[in-house]
Amino acid sequence: MTTGATTTRVFGSGIRRREDPRLITGTARYTDDITLPGMVQAAILRSPHAHAKIRRIDTSAAAKAPGVLGVFTAADIEGHLKPVPCLWLVPGTDLKIGSYWPLAKDVVRYVGDAVAVVVAETTYQAYDALALIDVDYEPLGASVDPQKAAAEGAPQIHADIPGNQAFHWTVKGGDVDAAFKSAEVVVKDRIIQQRLIPTAMETRSALAQYLQATGELTLWNTTQNPHIARFACSVVTGIPEDKLRVIAPEVGGGFGSKIAQYPADFITVFCSKKLGVPVKWTETRRENYQATTHGRDHVQEVELAATRDGRILGLRCKVWAGMGAYLSTAAPGIPTILHGLMLSGPYNVPAVHEDVYGIYTNTTPVEAYRGAGRPEATFMLERLIDKLAHQIGMDPVEVRRKNLLPPFADGCTVVTGLSYDSGNYEGVLKLALDRVGYSNLRAEQERLRKERTYLGIGVATYVEICGLGPSQVAGAVGFQGGLWESCIVRFHPSGKVNVFIGASPHGQGEETTFAQVVSDELGVDPNDVKVVHGDTDQTPMGWGTYGSRTTAVGGAALAVATRKIKEKAKLLAAHLLEAAPEDIDYKDGKFFVKGSPDHFKTIQDIALMANVAWNMPAGMEAGLEATSFYDPPNFSYPFGAHVAVVEVDADTGQVTLKRYVAVDDCGPQINPVIVEGQVHGGVVQGVGQALWEECVYDDSGQLVTSSLVDYAVPRADVLPDIEVLSTVTPSPHHPLGVKGIGEAGTIASTAAVYNAVIDALQPFGVQTLRMPMTPERVWRAINAGRKES
Amino acid sequence: MEQIAVSITVNGRPLRRVVEPRLLLVHFLRDVVGLTGTKVGCDTSQCGACTVLLDGRAVKSCTCLAAQADGGSVTTIEGLAAGGGELHALQDAFWAKHGLQCGFCTPGMIFAAHELLRTNPNPSPEEIRHGLEGNMCRCTGYQNIVRAVQHAAATGGRP
Repeated sequence: MTTGATTTRVFGSGIRRREDPRLITGTARYTDDITLPGMVQAAILRSPHAHAKIRRIDTSAAAKAPGVLGVFTAADIEGHLKPVPCLWLVPGTDLKIGSYWPLAKDVVRYVGDAVAVVVAETTYQAYDALALIDVDYEPLGASVDPQKAAAEGAPQIHADIPGNQAFHWTVKGGDVDAAFKSAEVVVKDRIIQQRLIPTAMETRSALAQYLQATGELTLWNTTQNPHIARFACSVVTGIPEDKLRVIAPEVGGGFGSKIAQYPADFITVFCSKKLGVPVKWTETRRENYQATTHGRDHVQEVELAATRDGRILGLRCKVWAGMGAYLSTAAPGIPTILHGLMLSGPYNVPAVHEDVYGIYTNTTPVEAYRGAGRPEATFMLERLIDKLAHQIGMDPVEVRRKNLLPPFADGCTVVTGLSYDSGNYEGVLKLALDRVGYSNLRAEQERLRKERTYLGIGVATYVEICGLGPSQVAGAVGFQGGLWESCIVRFHPSGKVNVFIGASPHGQGEETTFAQVVSDELGVDPNDVKVVHGDTDQTPMGWGTYGSRTTAVGGAALAVATRKIKEKAKLLAAHLLEAAPEDIDYKDGKFFVKGSPDHFKTIQDIALMANVAWNMPAGMEAGLEATSFYDPPNFSYPFGAHVAVVEVDADTGQVTLKRYVAVDDCGPQINPVIVEGQVHGGVVQGVGQALWEECVYDDSGQLVTSSLVDYAVPRADVLPDIEVLSTVTPSPHHPLGVKGIGEAGTIASTAAVYNAVIDALQPFGVQTLRMPMTPERVWRAINAGRKES
Repeated sequence: MEQIAVSITVNGRPLRRVVEPRLLLVHFLRDVVGLTGTKVGCDTSQCGACTVLLDGRAVKSCTCLAAQADGGSVTTIEGLAAGGGELHALQDAFWAKHGLQCGFCTPGMIFAAHELLRTNPNPSPEEIRHGLEGNMCRCTGYQNIVRAVQHAAATGGRP
């Protein structure tokens, strides 16, 4: 490798984001901001019932309403749209996929299932007409709880899927039965990982422009993965992939909810194709809550076997994972591969056995939500470790220390078969405890309890699986695609650089961090690098932004491409400097003859010559650009330790988060300011799960939390400043050593806050509380404890 | 449907348009005037993404009819800065302090902060958090937004 490749001038610096000028001035364009000549608006009629037969739909009045161009139902899309595909077919599970028609055929299966679409000249007219559609429903019994839906006699959601079971998946490692036989202590819990609503601030939208003359479609879409969207759209609509362009313009957050391919997108395409005009559909927030995917929704029965001195022997669990009424794009992989394989976390757990039942319910489909499977795994383990500590009378930190894997720099195979890349779990735990002043806090807690002030300290140590991932593994675990990333790095004659990359960030700031990588690798000013993404016609293939993989995988592709460029540039420099390539050195954007630093060519000189090609070495192609396809050899495994300090008001049940210390290790940080921002946002989403957020359905399947009035998204005034620290343990297999940080905060914080609240409630003997831990639930638990004592 | 004429000055430009009486101000700005910097994030006036200035005071433009703004003067994010590429102190502060990620809540958040600083030029972090509780952000956890508002307060008026 040329020297200078690792000089870090911009890498590691918290430079301002280049995304921001357009975002702070209102000049950025999100999907709903785009208007095309002749464009009309679609609105979708959604089922008000959780489960019902459609006896009859009368669209005649709607069709005659002012401005209406068309009204379509399932009968109209017959032969034009195929069912929405599920793209993660986890093997060995007897997976059963219920037909997921873009517009419901005969039966609706959740409140929000699409029934009809109106296209009109304006949005107001479309909604006026929507109210005129008359649907005659015959309501059927509904199931909303995954465990109950799996029970005998539960209403049957898909006629051809008995017991509502989408799949049964198992992970086993070590001898769990022996572990429980020899256990001195067994602790158990029944955990409800309540359903959450991702609530990206931008609701979903699609704008389809089908050109009947050429058969070409352009689809502007709020997606995290435009290339997957193109593939899926081709499958469902039959429009060939080469005539199909998907553009993810500015995307206003996703958190997993913009991974899936949705009925509404295909319906919009159908309308444009049918009517020959551009059609835009943008969901309302209520519609977003009903029909854009939800997250979590596990019922977990878990038990941990251990010795009396706190050594973990084994973990056994059963999980009923609610999948919603249909299997969303990646849904089966989340409670299985991304959850079950992470069961042993950062600990030495000799044996595990988990059964996961994926269950259909009459609810909105469940998909990835920030952390996707890993928060649900981390929570189990962190909860049981605290319970174990309580049972054996040991400090929960001590129990963790006893079981953490010792530091490793290059591979550690765990009981589920995964090989973690690198870790120093004791290191992050120590830093977090030092920062929060753990022993002093314990003393303070004791003192305050005497004054009837209830402080709680909660710790969570985690490791997560990121940088998804080797494509061979993707294939082995049934993911219907690859997981590599590709990019093109191109020097223009003037020495400016464009990066075209398949990944599609939507708030994470990779236009900036990628420019930083290129800047360092090629010795150009970061302001001379523009990153282009989110357009399938302009960028090479990429598998999308989720699973904290964009910097980890896309960033690696970028590093490889820039290094290819540097190799070619060195040969060209040698030619121009009339020296042998081995006599050329490189530093900070300059190639020079060894020993004569004044005899040099800048990378810009080389770029100009390569582009005009007046004087090239024999056989060298013109141009200075490189393409790389990077398929990672392994996943990356970021890790960390978080500590939450809460105070519980015993009279009102109100929980106040007093302090929050996050120590995360995502390897070397390209832009520490952006990393810190990711941690802030992630932590707050996880705190939201612990204390405030819950998607509630009533027993009939009505969505009770159907707006921002009812669903408690954290607001600014209920949060303390989060203290963000880090350690740096590079990934041994990554060209830049980086691991990914997008989901870390969410994975740790729910467990840390939960443990803190339970810790605060020890004087009342509370061991388990249902999340979110609202004042009412906390107050009731305190009161029950008081009565008992 | 019956139509009415409204005269609204938007970012200093006087406009006269004929609209439906039920038209919301946010849709007037986005769909009639073509200023899409103002966002719609909910349908219940909770999220604040649509916040703009009406006669110098912050309003949620999804909770206000265009007809109610008749005769008034509206400032949207496109018109906040003086022009010529210069940024308003709040815009610069959000940029400097990484007060945004996906950017969708940002225009509304900036106007909520504008309102706060109008009434309280030197707010404490706690006062900032309370001042912004009517606006939602799902990306930042608010911490850098608080820093941005503190920074804007400290740097005052123009950058």
